[in-house]
Amino acid sequence: MSAAKWRRAMHTGLTGAPVRARPQAVGRAGGRSAPAAAPTVDSYADSDAPRWLKYLWRTLGARHVFVLVFVLLLPFVASPFLTYQVAAQSLIFGLIALSLSFLAGYGGMVSLAQMSVAGMAGYAVAVLGASGTATSLGWAWWVVVPFALVIAVICSTLIGWLSVRTDGIYTIMITLAIGVAFYYLVLQNYTVFNGFQGFQKVYPPVVWGINWRDPMPFYFLCLFWAMAGYFFIQWLVRTPFGIALQGTRDNARRMNSLGFNVTAHRVAAYAVSGLLAGVGGVLLVWYNGLITPGSVGTGWLINVLVIAVLGGMKHPIGAFLGAIVFILLQTFAIDLIDRERFNLVIGGVFLAIVLFSPDGLLGLWAKLRSRFGPNQVLTSTPQRRQA
Amino acid sequence: MKVNKRTWIRTMCAAAAMAAVSGAAFAQGAPLKIGLLATLEGPFAAGGADGMRGAELALSQRGGVVAGRKIELVKASSNANPDVAVNATRKLVEQDKVEIMVGPLSGGEGIAVKDYSKTQPQVTFINGGSGAQATTLVNTSPNFFRFNTEGAQWMVGLGKAAMDKGYKRTMIIAEDYAFPYSQVQGFMAEYCRLGGKVPVKAWVPLGGKDYASVIARIPKDVDALLVVLGGADAVNFLTQYENAGGDLPMMGGSITVSQDVLNYKGKRRDSLVGTISAGPVADTFDGADWKAFVADYRKAYPVSAGGFPSPSLFAFVYYVNMKAALDGLAAVNGDLSGGQAKYREALSKMVLKTPTGDVRLDGNRQAIGTTFVTEVVKDAQGNLSTKVSRKVDNVDQTLGIKKEDFQMGTRDVPACP
Repeated sequence: MSAAKWRRAMHTGLTGAPVRARPQAVGRAGGRSAPAAAPTVDSYADSDAPRWLKYLWRTLGARHVFVLVFVLLLPFVASPFLTYQVAAQSLIFGLIALSLSFLAGYGGMVSLAQMSVAGMAGYAVAVLGASGTATSLGWAWWVVVPFALVIAVICSTLIGWLSVRTDGIYTIMITLAIGVAFYYLVLQNYTVFNGFQGFQKVYPPVVWGINWRDPMPFYFLCLFWAMAGYFFIQWLVRTPFGIALQGTRDNARRMNSLGFNVTAHRVAAYAVSGLLAGVGGVLLVWYNGLITPGSVGTGWLINVLVIAVLGGMKHPIGAFLGAIVFILLQTFAIDLIDRERFNLVIGGVFLAIVLFSPDGLLGLWAKLRSRFGPNQVLTSTPQRRQA
Repeated sequence: MKVNKRTWIRTMCAAAAMAAVSGAAFAQGAPLKIGLLATLEGPFAAGGADGMRGAELALSQRGGVVAGRKIELVKASSNANPDVAVNATRKLVEQDKVEIMVGPLSGGEGIAVKDYSKTQPQVTFINGGSGAQATTLVNTSPNFFRFNTEGAQWMVGLGKAAMDKGYKRTMIIAEDYAFPYSQVQGFMAEYCRLGGKVPVKAWVPLGGKDYASVIARIPKDVDALLVVLGGADAVNFLTQYENAGGDLPMMGGSITVSQDVLNYKGKRRDSLVGTISAGPVADTFDGADWKAFVADYRKAYPVSAGGFPSPSLFAFVYYVNMKAALDGLAAVNGDLSGGQAKYREALSKMVLKTPTGDVRLDGNRQAIGTTFVTEVVKDAQGNLSTKVSRKVDNVDQTLGIKKEDFQMGTRDVPACP
């Protein structure tokens, strides 16, 4: 897909979730006219309830409450295996995919190096912290983790700085090259990265008397950071910065002539995505308890893209939906079919989803809603046409 | 019309859901579950598939039943990456609730699964094909057993064979991870003691394609090369070495001189005749048990059904480990109570009958067994195969060296330049 086409595809979806922006934010950002943010009738507008409560009342729907209750109760009803391997792993890969879907969905930049950034944070934790390998420095976790995140942000910024001057397929090529270069670096460097064998026994610390490696604490740790990342992106895309970033995605030249520094906005978006991927990388190395070059190989660079596309890039939740489906398939596909053919099931499902819904699971959901849900009189029309 | 279609789809969805639920309910029985993990993806995919064949063969020889209990194999796949192997093992143990676990295949995976086994004391782990020394040498796990000998044990006898051939100086070309470290250590421990010299060791990445820089580094004054590369890597190296005009005699690691490498088509193929190697199997060993095993394998998995002409090393080691798991079960009459204490006791004390002779376990639950020194020969049809030139019995993990003097193989240990 060419960059222009990509952006147009993204643009057509703009009446959807991302730009349900507050009018004043758009006003401050200059440029774009807000899409008909008609003032809704708010029965609580006159009461003296605090502002955040009013905001919650206006935005919270039944499905939000349902999902929240579900994710909070899940570890108490599901087996430790489901909690740890399926749920926690989905949250981690959702977070890493979120960093990509933020870049691609809101910034129009498809980076294949997000897994590498996550891997850099993971390797930083393994090299600086404690592990089974003698070359690890063994620093305390509260020094290591901020360090790892700073390294991830710096590396991601550098990657962004290198690649933002390119468009579309060239961005993909540059970031893929960086990702593969990092893979071969950690594969062949022994003094720092310990080559093919990587680092074993990189475990989360015991803090406040809780062993964070146990399934339930680890799940809540992942849930906290996944939700933090989700709400952070939700908030960020409505800030002046977020609006301007979407402006650069839709028409960089116009934004430039309006006085926005397009390059700076894009590099900043890379820095933000680096932070998300870094958090995901730290959680990932703790989840696996080890990190090897295989964790940042080409397969995983592509898998993160698959997760993001599978879920849909128009809304941050898409990354997590995609991750859940991906992890479920990866874990259970072997039970469905002959052991030597199970990769076929995985590929087939991906193909089916992308074929029938170019916008991933989010698009599928919108389609299903318009077809089977309560017949909406007016609002369903544009969705149908889009589908 | 529209409503009808909608109702129909909803009904179908409900019916499918009910079928899924009831199907699960019917599947309730009480066979004993054994988890089986091998690499069905990645660089060792062919070996992994053959490993699965070996394990299935061991089960089918008992008719799928041990001590009156039906055995159900629950299979999983990895790709030679430790994190994937641990994820797959975790699924088998925690989700599918297997009681005995057999696997994994590759060296790095073995170490990671051994570490994981410590967190699951209620399950007995038996190795599949992995051959890294560290798995059972350092930081051992009380519920991890290995009934196959490992990489270093597989090389015993090759050092002496090399000296007998007059190879006084050897260059080593090996892949850069735990298993080849073990292989090189097994070779050098003996070779250096007998006065051999290894001036250069070249460590190459697994899955490397270009060996030009390695070939350029081969010194003029060495007598032979020891090549410890697997599958496609070995073929790539041989082809490039041949194109570069190399003509030094070669020695092979245990997975280098195997059927898939011997049957590659190239001019240098004939020059492989006379290559010496060592390993736990030899194609043309004439022991009666081995011949019976090969015949069983050929009958169950003929070449037309995807089997190899002769069982590969991986089929053999998976067969041995699965046989140990089943023999142990038979010995305790299927009794896995008391945290499997009796079962583990039986495994530790067992003298396992394998196609290449008896195997016992040492204190670290590591096999003590037989190694063959082999030589590549050409038969009347022009096929290459390995012939036994010497059989070494009772090889233990420290290779007969005293425990306090024994050093585990790494990139730099041992050294005798």
